[in-house]
Amino acid sequence: MKYVDEFRDRELVKNLSEGIHKITTREWCIMEICGGQTHSIMRYSLEEFLPEEIRLVHGPGCPVCVTPLEIIDKAVRIAQRDDVIFTSYGDMLRVPGSEKDLLSVKAGGGDIRIIYSPLDAVKIAEDNPEKKVVFFAIGFETTAPANAMAVKEADRRGLKNFSILSSHVLVPPAMEAILSVEESRIQGFLAAGHVCTVMGYEEYLPIAEKYRIPIVVTGFEPVDILKGIHQVVLQLEEGRHEVENAYGRVVSLEGNIHAKKVLREVYEVSDMKWRGIGNIPLSGFSLSGRYDEFNAENIFDVGDIQQQESPLCIAGEVLQGLKKPGDFPAFGKECKPEHPLGAPMVSSEGACSAYYRFKKSETGSETESTI
Amino acid sequence: MDFTLNCPIPISEYPYITMAHGSGGRLSHQLIDKLFRPIFSDEQLDAGHDGAILPTVSGRMAFTTDSFVVKPVFFPGGNIGDLAVNGTVNDLACCGAKPEYLSVGMILEEGLAMEDLWKIVLTMKQAADLAGVRIVTGDTKVVDHGSGDQIFINTSGVGCVREGVNIDPSACKPGDVVILSGFIGDHGVAIMSAREGLEFQTSIESDSAALNGLVDAILDASLNVSVLRDPTRGGVATTLNEISKSAHAGIVLDETSIPVRPEVMGACEVLGLDPMYIANEGKILVIVPDDDSEKVLRAMQNHPHGKDSVIIGQLTEEHPSVVRMTTSIGSSRIIDMLTGEQLPRIC
Repeated sequence: MKYVDEFRDRELVKNLSEGIHKITTREWCIMEICGGQTHSIMRYSLEEFLPEEIRLVHGPGCPVCVTPLEIIDKAVRIAQRDDVIFTSYGDMLRVPGSEKDLLSVKAGGGDIRIIYSPLDAVKIAEDNPEKKVVFFAIGFETTAPANAMAVKEADRRGLKNFSILSSHVLVPPAMEAILSVEESRIQGFLAAGHVCTVMGYEEYLPIAEKYRIPIVVTGFEPVDILKGIHQVVLQLEEGRHEVENAYGRVVSLEGNIHAKKVLREVYEVSDMKWRGIGNIPLSGFSLSGRYDEFNAENIFDVGDIQQQESPLCIAGEVLQGLKKPGDFPAFGKECKPEHPLGAPMVSSEGACSAYYRFKKSETGSETESTI
Repeated sequence: MDFTLNCPIPISEYPYITMAHGSGGRLSHQLIDKLFRPIFSDEQLDAGHDGAILPTVSGRMAFTTDSFVVKPVFFPGGNIGDLAVNGTVNDLACCGAKPEYLSVGMILEEGLAMEDLWKIVLTMKQAADLAGVRIVTGDTKVVDHGSGDQIFINTSGVGCVREGVNIDPSACKPGDVVILSGFIGDHGVAIMSAREGLEFQTSIESDSAALNGLVDAILDASLNVSVLRDPTRGGVATTLNEISKSAHAGIVLDETSIPVRPEVMGACEVLGLDPMYIANEGKILVIVPDDDSEKVLRAMQNHPHGKDSVIIGQLTEEHPSVVRMTTSIGSSRIIDMLTGEQLPRIC
C-alpha cells in the first residue's frame, strides 16, 4: 500500500538499525509518548533492532488509558439512562469503571453506539430529537479538533439534544510532569507525530531547553520510529538537547492553524486528572463558557461521582516510565485483557495490553495457566 | 434461478411478515406453500412430514450446526441466506465429509419485508444447488417486532466422511506446513463497509463460498491432511491459535506470504484493525505434512476457490501452543487470541 509500505521497508529498517548500533556508546532511556507508537513498537518487535543499551519506555499517550476512572463512571451513569443515546469511540467500551464498563451497560439495554466520527453523533442527535445524545469526547490534541467541530456543528444546527462528556488531555504538560518526578530516568522523547500534526512543535522548544532533553517529533511506522530513535540517540551522544522533526512529511512547526483556531474557540485549557498519574495543572481542555450548554456534566446529574484508582494497579508508574508492565507481579495473571485492573491493559494502544499481546511468549506459558 | 420473477406472495396482500405467519394457521401454510416449498423444491419437503426420512449410509457421518445473525442482512457479495448454507457446508467439508443434507430453521422478526425473505430464500436455494446439498427439512418461527433482528437462520447439516480421511488437529506434527487458500479479510471488511454508521465505499465483496469442491481437490491430492479449518469469526489468527493449542505445537508464520488485498489493508489501516483477526467465509486453512505440501498446494491453486493459495507457515517444536509471525521487516511477534471483538482504535 502506497505511503505505508515504504515505511515498512526491510532494507531501510536494517540500515537504520545499523546506524543506531554504530552511534550508541552507552545506555540511554527513551520514552515514546504516543500509544500508537507503542503499538507499532510491539507489533513489529522494534526492540529487536536496537542495541541492548537503548531502553524504550512507553509513555502516557493512550487516550483510553489516561481517562480518569470517575469519567468512566460518569459515562456509565449517563449511558444507563433511558432517555440517552450514548456514542463513543470503540476502545472506550471495555475500559473498566469502578463497577462496570460501557459494554456491560450496553448488554443491560443501554443504547450505546460505536462511532468513527464525532459528526456521526451530531447526525444521530438530529435523527433522534426525542433522545439526548451524548458523545464521549476523549483524547489528546489529535482528536480534540474533530470533537470541537462536532460541538460547533451541533451549535450551528441549533441542536438542543446534543452534548459531550469531555475529557481532553494535553501532551506537553504530561511530559513536564514526567520530567519533574525525581526518579525519572527519561533522557529523550519521541514526540507524538499526530499530536504535532495538529499543534506543531513550537511548544516543545521550552521543554527541551528547560530539562535539557532531546525531543524528536516521530511518526508511527517502523522506519519512522527507528528514524526518531536514531535522531534522539545522536543528540544524546553528541550532548545536544534540541527539538527535531523526523516526521516532516506530515508535521510542520506551526501545525494545523485552522484546527488550532477551532480548539481555542471551543475549549479552554484547564487542570485535568489523569488516570494513574493524578491531577496535572493546565493539562486538559474543557468546554469554554460559550459552549457550556453542550457540557454533559452540567446536563446530567453526575457531579457527585469521584473515584480513586485501584491500589493494586501500577499503571501510573508504567505511564510515567518508572516501571515496565512486566515488573508488576499481577501482570498476565490477575491483570490481563479479559479482566484488566487498569486501563493500559484495555486498549490495543495501552502499554500493558501491547506488552501482553506481543511479548507474552517471552514470559513463557505461566501467564497462560494461572487463571 | 431467475431473480426477475416476482415474490410469490403478493406484496399488496402481505408486504411484511406478521405474527400470523408464525401462527401455524392459514398464513403459515401460505408462507410454506407459496414461498419455501416451491423454491427449495425437494421431494422430502413436498412430503410434508415433520422431518426428513433419509437412507442410511455406511461408514462415518459428520453432523454440524451453525446459526447466522449477520447484520446487515444484505451486504456486498451476498446475504444471510448463502452465508447460512455455505457456513454449514464448509463446516462439514472441514470434517472431511461430503455435505449431503441441510435443515433450515428461520426466526423471522415481525415486520421483515416479504420481498427480502423471498430474496434470501432464493439465494439459499442457489447456494445449496451450487454446493450440491439438499435442503430436506425446515422450521419457521415469528417473533414480535423488537425481539429479533429481521431474520436469524440456523442450518444443520449431515455428510459422509470420506474413506481414509482423518481430520484431527492433535495429529499434526512439527514440520507440517500451513496452507491458506487465498486473500484474507474480505468478508469482514465487506460487512463493515455496509454496517450502519460506518458505511464506506469499497469494491470488496464477501468471499462467501461453498468449499466442499476445494476440499475434494485437497483430499484427492493427499489423504494425509490433518487439519481443514475455515477461518471465520476471529479470522486466521484465532483459528491458528486453536490449532496450535490442540496440536501442542508452535506455529511460525511469514507475514509477507499472507495475501491481503490492498483495499482490505487500507480499510484496516483506517479503522485500526488487523486483517489477521477479520472473518472470512470462503477461505480454508490446511495443515499437511511437508512431503505432501507441494501437491496439495498445486491442487488448491487449480481450483477456482483456491487459485490464490499459498504456504504461510509451518509447525514447530519451539514455543508450543503459541503462534508467532515473522513480520514484514524481519522481526518476530506473537499472534495472540483476541479477548473479544476487535474494537476500532481511537487514533
